[in-house]
Amino acid sequence: MTSFNEFVIRFANVNGSGSASANGMFAKALFRMGIPVTTRNIFPSNIQGLPTWFEVRASAREYFGRRDKVDIMVAMNAETYKEDVDRLESGGYLIYDSTRGRPRELNRDDVHEIGIPITKLILSEFSDPKQRQLFKNIVYVGALSALLNMEFDVLTSMVASQYRGKDKLIQPNIRALELGRNYALKYLRCPMEVQVKSDDLIGDRILVDGNEAAALGAIYGGATLCAWYPITPSTSVADAFEKHASRLRVDPNTKKKNFAIIQAEDELSAIGMVIGAGWNGARAFTATSGPGISLMNEFLGLAYFAEVPAVVFDVQRAGPSTGMPTRTQQSDILSVAFASHGDTKHPILLPATPKECFDFAADAFDLAERIQSPVIVMTDLELGMNQTLSDPFQWDDARQFDRGKVLDFEDLEQIERYGRYVDVDGDGIGYRTLPGTHPTKGSFFTRGSSRNEWAVYTEDAQSYIHNMDRLNKKWETIRSLMPQSDVEHRNGRAGIIYYGTTATPMNESIGLLDENGITLNSMRIRSYPFGPEVVEFIDAHEKIFLVEQNRDAQMKSLLSFDLGVDPKKFVSILYYGGFSISADYIVDRVTEHYIVNKLPRLREVES
Amino acid sequence: MTFVPKPAARHPLLKTNEIGLTRRDYEAIVSTLCAGCGHDSVSAAVIQACHELSIPPHQFAKVSGIGCSSKTPSYFLGNAHGFNSVHGRMPSIATGAYLANKELKYIGISGDGDSASIGLGQFAHIIRRKVDMCYIVDNNGTYGLTKGQFSATNDRGSTSKRGVPNLYAPIDLVSLAIQLGASFVARSFSGDKQQLIPLIKAAVLHKGFAFIDVISPCVMFNNHEGSTKSYSHVRNHTEPVVDANLIMPRDEIAVEYEEGTTISVPMHDGSELHLRKLSDSYEPNDRVSALTYVQKAQEEGEIVTGLLFLEEDAVDCHDILGTTDTPFNGLAQESLCPGAEKLEQINDSLR
Ligand SMILES: Cc1ncc(C[n+]2csc(CCOP(=O)(O)OP(=O)(O)O)c2C)c(N)n1
Ligand code: SF4
Ligand SMILES: [Mg+2]
Repeated sequence: MTSFNEFVIRFANVNGSGSASANGMFAKALFRMGIPVTTRNIFPSNIQGLPTWFEVRASAREYFGRRDKVDIMVAMNAETYKEDVDRLESGGYLIYDSTRGRPRELNRDDVHEIGIPITKLILSEFSDPKQRQLFKNIVYVGALSALLNMEFDVLTSMVASQYRGKDKLIQPNIRALELGRNYALKYLRCPMEVQVKSDDLIGDRILVDGNEAAALGAIYGGATLCAWYPITPSTSVADAFEKHASRLRVDPNTKKKNFAIIQAEDELSAIGMVIGAGWNGARAFTATSGPGISLMNEFLGLAYFAEVPAVVFDVQRAGPSTGMPTRTQQSDILSVAFASHGDTKHPILLPATPKECFDFAADAFDLAERIQSPVIVMTDLELGMNQTLSDPFQWDDARQFDRGKVLDFEDLEQIERYGRYVDVDGDGIGYRTLPGTHPTKGSFFTRGSSRNEWAVYTEDAQSYIHNMDRLNKKWETIRSLMPQSDVEHRNGRAGIIYYGTTATPMNESIGLLDENGITLNSMRIRSYPFGPEVVEFIDAHEKIFLVEQNRDAQMKSLLSFDLGVDPKKFVSILYYGGFSISADYIVDRVTEHYIVNKLPRLREVES
Repeated sequence: MTFVPKPAARHPLLKTNEIGLTRRDYEAIVSTLCAGCGHDSVSAAVIQACHELSIPPHQFAKVSGIGCSSKTPSYFLGNAHGFNSVHGRMPSIATGAYLANKELKYIGISGDGDSASIGLGQFAHIIRRKVDMCYIVDNNGTYGLTKGQFSATNDRGSTSKRGVPNLYAPIDLVSLAIQLGASFVARSFSGDKQQLIPLIKAAVLHKGFAFIDVISPCVMFNNHEGSTKSYSHVRNHTEPVVDANLIMPRDEIAVEYEEGTTISVPMHDGSELHLRKLSDSYEPNDRVSALTYVQKAQEEGEIVTGLLFLEEDAVDCHDILGTTDTPFNGLAQESLCPGAEKLEQINDSLR
């Protein structure tokens, strides 16, 4: 039975072999044919020679989660051959380089084998060793175009636009595409039963990764300083900020920049610079991952107590530096929420899509200045580094930056006595002044908490308590400013709570569960501290599944901490293998729970 | 924003500077440090220097780390904002603050523990980045605030209050600063106002990173016999090699120098810095020879003081980064947010 626009293809390559651009081109071609796609890069913490995989999921139904099994495997790495063959769905397609015959690891008779003598084709056509290596990847893309019945024009025009300006490269690339395509047309059964066909399912959407989206959000949000220290998977936030700012933030006449990027000596310094700039009235951010958050702890606490705005992007990854730095996880939740010492807590934004990365990034700068505190945008490798279909970015030109409560010279003139931490408005947020504003009014010495509300040095207990209580009052103001959770009621008896990239497989999971008679209401948490809708959702359900990509159910702890919810209320579904959580995993765990506990389903199904 | 402060009512004897302010206008709350602490003399010198420079106090921003020394920005320039940050990390705060607003004058105060131990990394990197500021280390060879542990600038063999000798060789921040590319490097002594005040004035006006290592005895924990950072030891072992004298545009140059002993350096605000060599063989414009001299003297137990290295026409980090003339914190939304139309183009490029 022929299927259209509904498959997962995996490319197994060796890293450093130049496969990324060919694979990316393949994904983009599907996108340009109007087919919803998402991509997933699975790579080692290494520069050359180790296995990498690139996955593209095309789905007219927009099921974008990772699947354990794939429909098509392009097996270009002999070292992982066995593993790759095993990963094929029964009835799937195995594409391999048949130059040296049929590999002996191929021991499945339930898959279609498609041998293409890629190396041989290349050798006869190209003499430059570098081209021979690179064009292998292009050859299989060409073959796929025939096997999947893709529009060849889409590919050739992409090559033309990709190498515009380097015109010498266009012809050989197209030649390589043709080599693969012609071979397939001549010798293989084309098309396969898994096929694509042009559609119109993309609308105005874009294909982008979360890190680039966040960087653009930072530019639109008015960030002038990016201070950072390289760490996977956050590095491309700074790279994208540099790339776009160099175009969007340079004065056309003077060529001078309205931004600065500092690659700091470490993350302590990076966050210090952000805080220094924030203290002095400029919008600044840093991007990092778990190990960097650990190093930033002391400073984050200072910013919390001294009440200095700062924006941090934490693109989460698995474990420590010698953990699995190129794998995805949601395991920094608690270390971020409480980063530092002495009763600190920080608001968190939890985007799930590139569009939301953009929005939350821009919002974070308003929020940080409004609440005069660090704001941490938490994504993960899955969202940050993989291109995925997204709603287009939007900006309302009428929107004005919210610079929060800052007194200028005239304001200070009107004031009898200025007190930095006096809660004038009753919302727990005082008024800032910036250095240099007024000759005699508004200056103060910024320090942690050994001061009273007038910012005068004291170690008096009452003053300390007063300050801490005001910070808690501010916390409630923060709560009212955070984006609300996404709640969907489907008349289910049980609920499922999730956040961040767990959203990607969730529509598929909920659909599959529903087919099994398990209908779940759902809530995607988008921020912390939690809003009243979170309480309402939890109260409304007796049974709640809480899905997280960490071992220790960190969000469960946070919900208990912030709302006083009994943690026993939740059934945790935890995945922490370092790949993104799959729809099947969620479905299996929920179903298992129903079976083990003999729970009634909405509709009884045969199982 | 620049506002010239109105002169406050004052004692007739208090001399006003060019903008009509008295020394008192540059003071702040009373220090809570130990009586006789060298750090208080440094604060007094900062007050005097800023007053003499006639820069409005609120045009300064004071940043510090943690320690007795780092508390001192509370005690000078009360009308300027200050930031008592975390231990050893003042350089990053200063860098961020300076990037946000290049129009203020930045004074950083740190300690030897703060800059030579926990903050040595940040100290090194702020020098590389050429942040335009005056960075002062109140160097007492000890951790004052945590009660007298040896610091990394303490000399080998110098003893603690209880007579225990320090076993490790010192880190000399002056040598490091010269080597890492600081464009203004000086050393002085908290007990020598004559030398220190002109150095601070010149450091504040210098464009680029200006570093002053001020030996500033801790009377509580490191002023005993056997300490090489005590008042008496320092008095007996300093060798001033270059005198700095800042001549403001309005000053009449009264002093006559002997031919060949003085280098005159124009400063950005129109004043002139006169360097008078006290030692024939000292070359304050030559990094390598200055470094060699300083280190040789140190081996002999002598403390070389004065303006030890000066690079003319230094650049600062804004020059390096090519940033706009308007301070970042004064850029309007129009200059920062590219707007909806540009975003539509970006969307298109992602299709
Ligand atoms: C992270 C951290 N570790 C330790 C301390 C404790 N501490 C406070 S001041 C200080 C030493 C300060 O020495 P120095 O910088 O020489 O300043 P001084 O008091 O001598 O002027 C230490 C270790 C701290 N505040 N923070
Ligand atoms: S302990 Fe030492 S450094 Fe601290 S205030 Fe007293 S004398 Fe100064
Ligand atoms: Mg000290």
